[in-house]
Amino acid sequence: MSTSLAEPQTATSNSDVTGTSSKLTFALGSASLLGLAVLLVLAFVITDADQRVYDRGVDLEPLLTGQGDAVRLLYVHFPVAMVTYIAFMLNAIGSVAVLWKKSTWWDNTAAAAAEVGVLFCGLTLATGSIWGRPIWNTWWKWGDVRLMTTTILFLIFVGYLAYRRTMTDSRVRAKRSAVVGLIGAINIPIVYKSVDWWQNRTLHQQSTLRDRSIEDLTLFTMIFGMVVFMAIFAWLMVHRFRIGWLEHQAETVGLEAAIIERRAQTSTAISDAVTDSRSSTETGSD
Amino acid sequence: MDYLGYLIAGWGVVLCAVAIYAFSLLRRGKALAARVPADRRRWMTSND
Repeated sequence: MSTSLAEPQTATSNSDVTGTSSKLTFALGSASLLGLAVLLVLAFVITDADQRVYDRGVDLEPLLTGQGDAVRLLYVHFPVAMVTYIAFMLNAIGSVAVLWKKSTWWDNTAAAAAEVGVLFCGLTLATGSIWGRPIWNTWWKWGDVRLMTTTILFLIFVGYLAYRRTMTDSRVRAKRSAVVGLIGAINIPIVYKSVDWWQNRTLHQQSTLRDRSIEDLTLFTMIFGMVVFMAIFAWLMVHRFRIGWLEHQAETVGLEAAIIERRAQTSTAISDAVTDSRSSTETGSD
Repeated sequence: MDYLGYLIAGWGVVLCAVAIYAFSLLRRGKALAARVPADRRRWMTSND
């Protein structure tokens, strides 16, 4: 029997493989694309630019305090940031479950959440920087607690993904990366509360959702954006989870093929030895 | 519209990055699925 590790006999041809797609992902993907189209219309057509003014009295001109059209960047920055929190919290839940139940399912979920979370965390930093340039007149500010804690969160989970790649034993990898994931999770509430805890060390404002200082349509667009990006996150998560599952199965198939090959070799060797033994016995008796 | 360059950059980087990542996932999934028998592609169950 000559089954190679790279191409097990049970593998199917590319033509009958649908990959990680299913009816669920098709429906979710379609809904996400539709939602994204509606979000773009809301963000760029229906909502107005932020033209808030501060009335300084009868003697002075009103002061323009709004963000103008730059507010349209928040319709993508805010949802992406929220999805980052959700992804890393899901990683934390998965990490706890891995340590508690030693489950491959949860290890796979945690890894998928970390990978998608790193993407969204990177995008949070990028869109925040692009928004900061016209509003704060700077791309980046070292020492801003929200920026620094988010960057640390990003780097921890980049390290998490790199660390997973260094280990081949799946059980050891699951356990150790769960510990790293939980260390990273400690940073999530710190990022979220940093603007409240260190108010004088950040350019970021406190939560505008909590004090309801934004108008209805702006609020609706932000929340709608969050729903759309959560749907996108779910679609990415399902596909990434299935890839992890396939990787696990491919490893198992390869291992089983190797065991079968090894058994076949051993069986052939025993059979040859028995044949040799018999022929030598027959020769001796002659 | 003010800040058009920033708006295109901000939205563009998000949409492009998500689209590229989504396509890379689909390609990885298809390549991996070809190596795994159909009966092992039951996604949401695990005996482990």
